[in-house]
Amino acid sequence: MEGMAGQKSSLTWVVNISAFLLVLAWTIPTLGLFVSSFRDRDQIASSGWWASFSASEQTGFVRTGTDDDATQVDGLYVIEGTVLEGDQKLTAWGIRSREPGAFQPGETTEIEDGWQLTVNEDGSYRLTSEAPFEMRRGERIFTTTKAPANLTTANYQRVLTAEGLGRAFMNTLTVAIPATVIPILIAAFAAYALAWMQFPGRALLTAAVVGLLVVPLQVSLIPLLQMHNSIGIGKGYLGIWLAHTGFGLPLAVYLLRNYMVGLPREVIESARVDGATDFQIFRRIVLPLSFPALASFAIFQFLWVWNDLLVATVFLGNTREQLVMTGVLRELMGSKGGEWEILATSAFISIAVPLIVFFSMQRYLVRGLLAGSVKGG
Amino acid sequence: MELFWLAISTIAIGVFGCVAWFWGSNMILDTIYPPRGERAGDNIRRANQIRPWLFLGPAILFLGLYLVYPVLDSLWRSLHNADGSQFVGTDNYSWAVGDSKFRESMRNNMLWLLVVPALSTLFGLIAAQLTDRIKWGNIGKSLIFMPMAISFVGAGVIWKFIYEYRDAGETQIGLLNYLVTKLGGDPQLWLTLIPWNNFFLMIVLVWIQTGFAMVILSAALRGIPEETIEAAILDGASPLQVFFKIKVPQIVGTIAVVWTTITIVVLKVFDIVFVMTNGQWGTQVLANLMYDWMFRGTPDYGRGSAIAIVLMILVTPIMIWNIRNVRKEVR
Repeated sequence: MEGMAGQKSSLTWVVNISAFLLVLAWTIPTLGLFVSSFRDRDQIASSGWWASFSASEQTGFVRTGTDDDATQVDGLYVIEGTVLEGDQKLTAWGIRSREPGAFQPGETTEIEDGWQLTVNEDGSYRLTSEAPFEMRRGERIFTTTKAPANLTTANYQRVLTAEGLGRAFMNTLTVAIPATVIPILIAAFAAYALAWMQFPGRALLTAAVVGLLVVPLQVSLIPLLQMHNSIGIGKGYLGIWLAHTGFGLPLAVYLLRNYMVGLPREVIESARVDGATDFQIFRRIVLPLSFPALASFAIFQFLWVWNDLLVATVFLGNTREQLVMTGVLRELMGSKGGEWEILATSAFISIAVPLIVFFSMQRYLVRGLLAGSVKGG
Repeated sequence: MELFWLAISTIAIGVFGCVAWFWGSNMILDTIYPPRGERAGDNIRRANQIRPWLFLGPAILFLGLYLVYPVLDSLWRSLHNADGSQFVGTDNYSWAVGDSKFRESMRNNMLWLLVVPALSTLFGLIAAQLTDRIKWGNIGKSLIFMPMAISFVGAGVIWKFIYEYRDAGETQIGLLNYLVTKLGGDPQLWLTLIPWNNFFLMIVLVWIQTGFAMVILSAALRGIPEETIEAAILDGASPLQVFFKIKVPQIVGTIAVVWTTITIVVLKVFDIVFVMTNGQWGTQVLANLMYDWMFRGTPDYGRGSAIAIVLMILVTPIMIWNIRNVRKEVR
């Protein structure tokens, strides 16, 4: 018995640790980008994001002043200045590139005959000589400095104003809200009809909806674009709303029908007996009861529209005025592939809304997934 | 601001339009066939024959116009030349068979189809099993599920950062190269590393889809009756045996559903390849190839549509399988 108990607790440990590693592996990519979005360009270039909470060590060199800067103090020729900038801290210094950290702050060394160099902890240096200095370039002082971890929101300010992401944010919202609301309305009525009304061809229609779930979006692009052009809506918001409505409908009808079929038959039958028409039953009974399913589809559709790139690229213009966030992001990846501070920040702004929606409405999302595990789009 | 009002008013018009249609058409129907008076029974019967179509009308219109018609139109276009002016029979398809980029895309799509659903389902199953047993399981689940909310483009940026390359000797800021150099290896340009770059792209989709698989499979695992598991434990089965011999066989149906669903996503995968390599270095896939022919340079709608139809054909078996499942259920 003891053996079994021991086995059990060690198994619990194994489960906990493996689960932790798995979760870590799934979280780290996003975390890395998130942390990077708060670092400035130099920091990103000089160290990995995982190093951003510890002070980063850098080496470099500065030149002292030249004989022009020298002053005479008590018969000595003196050049003074500082080797630090910002809130760096000096940890070591040196005078040869092979030994950049030969001396501790506060130490004094002799450079040439009679030239004494002291570098203090606060970064100030003092070079003295008994004879006048004769040099055209300053002496090199190598430094090893520590810059404290430094996170900034400057990237966010820059991206939202200069890179046009603020505008794209509005565009995305303009696309996403109607493209979420309209299909819900249309689908709710259709789902009710498929679930609770008697008419010839009902099974066939239900099957058709399920079949349409998997139609690849790509098939529709050219025919629909040409249709939009020929009826005069061309590339614009109306077109993209209609397109998203069309593409979202199969999933909406399917999810809602599945849910509505499960509603208690007695309630609906007794309302019928009392003389309620289908329209009244739908409005007063089915719609309120279907709230979880409606919410679940709304989240799906919203996430899908917000995250979409293909439909927006095809049905909206590609000018700055019309680009959605995924479009801007894609453009930035092309033009600013190396500027990680811009890319990381933009990416984070574009995924912020979906993440908020996701974490606040996860319950409904999961319920929706479980109601209809077949997802189209 | 202008845009804001445009959005608000369109939502209002769109929503109002829908409401007006459903409300108005039902009102009219009730006035023509009032459900009371002498002929009430007759009227109700007639109204009930018409009403379903009022409810279904807009949906059927949209489905027909935005999904059925495009399939037929694409089929027509795929049998015509670049601008649709001339019938060319199956020329576009025979071009595709001979085209090296198309063959590369088919090959890569097949690879994606094998790897991504398998790995996503496997990781999903592991994640479901592990997180179901522990106290902080729900938090863990949320975090694994989270990538589902991230756009493919966003995921592309996230993973490009992981694959970022700096010359050997410089500080690696990409996590993967950092780890590789720490372990004594040489930094690599992962996204141009033929043929392995395909797998580096697939990892992104696996990362996104695992959460989905986990959620569904976790629900299925919880649905397994306790008695079978208890009986197995009493018979002395080890935890691994319980998992593989008792649990997995009971959720095979759900595994199949998850697998197919991810397969559909994979077939249509476009954004990841589009933003990360754009099909260069041997990573082309069908959806991206089609986009190239339809929207880059001089469009060739014939060839583009042929590729779209190939995609459609690849999805068809799943479509039929889905329909058969539902018909069983509806009966």
